[in-house]
Amino acid sequence: MSEKPEIPGLPDDLQRNVFLTTLDAIYNWGRVKSMWPMAFGLACCAIEFMAMMASRFDLSRFGMEIIRASPRQADLMFVSGTVTKKMVPNIVRLYNQMAEPKYVLAVGACATSGGPFKEGYNVVSGIDKFIPVDVYVPGCPPTPEAILYGVMRIHDAVMKQSVKSVPWYRRDQRNEAVPVPVLGPDLYNPKDREALKRMLREAGADLG
Amino acid sequence: MTDTMMQMTGLPFSDVVPGAVTEVTKNGIVVAADKLLPLAMHLRDREGYDYLSMVTSVDWPQYFEVVYYLYRVGAWHSAAAAASQEPLVLKVRLPDKARPELPSVCSIWPGADLQEREVYDMMGIRFTDHPNLRRILLWEGFQGWPLRKDFKEPYYEEDAKPFKSRHPDGKHAWAEDRVPWKDNVTYPVGWDPDLWTQPEVQYRKIMQVDGGGNGHSSEFKTERVLVNMGPQHPSTHGVFRMVIAVDGENVVGLEPEIGYLHRCHEKIGERNTYIMNIPFTDRLDYIASMSNNFGYVLAVEKLAGIQVPERAEYIRVIMAELTRIISHFIAVGFLFNDLGAYFTPALYGLRERELILDLFEAAAGSRMMCNYMRFGGVFADLPEGWVERAKDLVWNRLPRVMEDFEKLLAGNEIFETRCRGLGVLTAEEAIAYSMAGPMLRASGVPYDLRKARPYSIYDRFDFDICTRPEGDVWARFRVRMDEIYQSIRILKQALDGLPAGPIMPPGKKQYQLRVPAGEAYGAVEGPKGELGFYIVSDGKPNPYRYHVRAPTFINLTSLEKMCIGHKIADSVVILGAIDIVLGEVDR
Amino acid sequence: MFGTGILKGLGVTLKEFIGTYIDDIRKIPSRYAGGRHELDQSQASAQTGLFTVQYPEERHKVAERFRYIPILIYDAETGEDRCTACGICAKVCPPQCIWIVRAKDEKGKPLTKPAEFYIDTTICMNCGFCAEFCPFDAIKMDHDYEIAAYQRMPGLIFDLQRLRVPTTYYARIRPTDWTAEEAAREAEKAAKAARAAGRPAPAAAAPAEDQPKR
Repeated sequence: MSEKPEIPGLPDDLQRNVFLTTLDAIYNWGRVKSMWPMAFGLACCAIEFMAMMASRFDLSRFGMEIIRASPRQADLMFVSGTVTKKMVPNIVRLYNQMAEPKYVLAVGACATSGGPFKEGYNVVSGIDKFIPVDVYVPGCPPTPEAILYGVMRIHDAVMKQSVKSVPWYRRDQRNEAVPVPVLGPDLYNPKDREALKRMLREAGADLG
Repeated sequence: MTDTMMQMTGLPFSDVVPGAVTEVTKNGIVVAADKLLPLAMHLRDREGYDYLSMVTSVDWPQYFEVVYYLYRVGAWHSAAAAASQEPLVLKVRLPDKARPELPSVCSIWPGADLQEREVYDMMGIRFTDHPNLRRILLWEGFQGWPLRKDFKEPYYEEDAKPFKSRHPDGKHAWAEDRVPWKDNVTYPVGWDPDLWTQPEVQYRKIMQVDGGGNGHSSEFKTERVLVNMGPQHPSTHGVFRMVIAVDGENVVGLEPEIGYLHRCHEKIGERNTYIMNIPFTDRLDYIASMSNNFGYVLAVEKLAGIQVPERAEYIRVIMAELTRIISHFIAVGFLFNDLGAYFTPALYGLRERELILDLFEAAAGSRMMCNYMRFGGVFADLPEGWVERAKDLVWNRLPRVMEDFEKLLAGNEIFETRCRGLGVLTAEEAIAYSMAGPMLRASGVPYDLRKARPYSIYDRFDFDICTRPEGDVWARFRVRMDEIYQSIRILKQALDGLPAGPIMPPGKKQYQLRVPAGEAYGAVEGPKGELGFYIVSDGKPNPYRYHVRAPTFINLTSLEKMCIGHKIADSVVILGAIDIVLGEVDR
Repeated sequence: MFGTGILKGLGVTLKEFIGTYIDDIRKIPSRYAGGRHELDQSQASAQTGLFTVQYPEERHKVAERFRYIPILIYDAETGEDRCTACGICAKVCPPQCIWIVRAKDEKGKPLTKPAEFYIDTTICMNCGFCAEFCPFDAIKMDHDYEIAAYQRMPGLIFDLQRLRVPTTYYARIRPTDWTAEEAAREAEKAAKAARAAGRPAPAAAAPAEDQPKR
């Protein structure tokens, strides 16, 4: 596409943007229509996710025919179900293994915030404490249509991205891996190391 | 038998194991910890209590109490045993709350293995001589024993719901804001993340197998390696993990590693009021929520002495059997998925499930989490036209679908050759490992709670217990298929006989149930086996102790036994035939 | 003969493959004429397969009792909330995701209406207890499942404004319940009027039946 499309009446500097907008549209359309989700069932919502894949709701109408078991080949992660402390290191590792561009859909109340099990000692209050989430679908469990609606919101978000600004083509915005949480006496996020040490010092000072 | 002994000495079994029984209570006999093993040996060998159904524990203020539920399964249909189908309940009291310890009964009933580990994990009670006593639902290194009454979670607000902060002033704060770490975590004072090293898990049982180094088979030199499968694996039916020791392709040791979906069901359940637990039980075995509701309301009704109207009983049975059909469809479909029939049989199963879910949605309001049963009845009467829809499904559609299933799956030679002789459990082994449901019946033990201890109105229906003598994966598949036919049979009778009348006992709907102090165990034959709810009440609006006897969790005990000697690819199929649901395994 | 089972199985698949098209064309011809509507699949045996719901163009008809997130009902004519801030929904909620601030007048005396009403939809387990035990038919379960959001805070914490719907909306999504409740309401009103006419003093003293229990 070497020729610039000429649109009469537009100033010269805007002509370039028109080209980019069209390119964005094609680029995003391609990505939207061939998203590959990762088969990643955690709990109850995964059963509704399977119902969504099955004949009545048929996820493949959205170009998501292939559910990949390997995170390397997937670009959409459905966190469908309760995220427990024991499981979250694995989820973060899986997220890190996914190639850019990657999107995360928190399916159901549990993945969004811990849901009805929030108060539990082994439940993470929302996967967004560890990995960035693009769309939240509340509901316990959300019906297949509600999950499809969430998928469409992801599509909307993708359509708004621009090839000019997306981080995965830019050298200065290399995506850092999310630090993997550690299972200590309780779940520990390495991101909080400094805060934790400071608070521990203060707590120790209070006691001693 | 026990009655005569009681007359002689006052306490049962005092002539065979003197001093074993210290007290007889309404809810079981209290056994001295040091005499537990001899008594257990006697009960198993002389009294026919060959099946250890449940092990759990209660944290009383003065002592820990470990509770054992024993059944006679091997010979339940013989006249003598049939007369006493009520479980024998043993209780061991451990007054030393700082170091609670008692002998493990694994050597007598191998089915105690995982359950004792769970008791250890949740309450910190040590079982001496347990072959592999370490944390099971939580991870090695976790601080605290969650089900002890003095354990407080980070988000702890009050001992019992409803919380006072919600009304009338709405001073509720976002849970994260109430805790010092701004998250659902808490650390012991002085814990330094930099110095922390995770305790290494010793896969003791299977590492011993590994001890010899390189193994030799007759033709190839093979090496023994540990393969870790899961928790993220498409064939583990959720977040289940197996650590498999393989010699070449052959499985020589296996250990299930669970807890990746441990949602603190029991701890939350002890804080909930009785009625609040009903929707939580939906989320146990999330494929068979109606059946979970059923078991729970039965237990509470037993405790509170509530009568259920006739129509409600029928509706419950109809719902429970529809649930069984769904569950078996999914189990069968995904068993094929594990075998490599990529998604087709599962799709067929899911398709019929949708139609049954439509019925659930029409009656209860939700597809999966039905929350339909209430103490004394059901949430609402069946809507108009529901019975006709259900009849249409049961008489016309399901038999036709089953025909397709038979043609598509049962006659498939590849499937048969893959599954015959795989993962064999003999009848004795199945009983010893406390297997339940289709797993037990596929080993030729005709034990079905609906016949052995009929609950609700199951004694009115005409149906057969489906068994197979083979005890392999194929038999498990076949038993599930046959049970669908039996469920259709029950459904036909129940839909035809559905009487008119009320669906709840008379009186205003109550959201606060008064339950007298005491304990009760209510169990149903769920699609996966005996699903039991053990409830201890102290008269407060919330249960003092709430424990779920999860059939698939206990069925996992025998996974290693079934897999050893087979190829690693077969272990996936054997696991698929257990039909685990992680919501129930981990709770 | 070896292999017949597999052939039979493949035959089933082929039959299903063809059957779906026949089903589709025979049962919902309007689909191919451009007409889209709600799909109702209540008669299971009428078709051999299952229709794919072409969401979002088509919708699967949800049952009347279908429940998703709770809603608060106000009178469409007067604009008044039915809710009296009695707090039963907050008490019976299993995950305790409802919190209510009761309104007060200038002197600090509590009024029978909510000042604030929150439902954390990220915790709500759609159990429907709040609607079931509400003595004033003020809180009901919605049918709207399209509530996915890009932000969890504050978008998914529904406040009073977000939760309020008029009675007309409720009457539309749950006609059967609505009719039954209205009939009961009318009957009670008539009974109360009759009682008031007959024995004015004791009827006023006796607590009305639908008073919440504390």
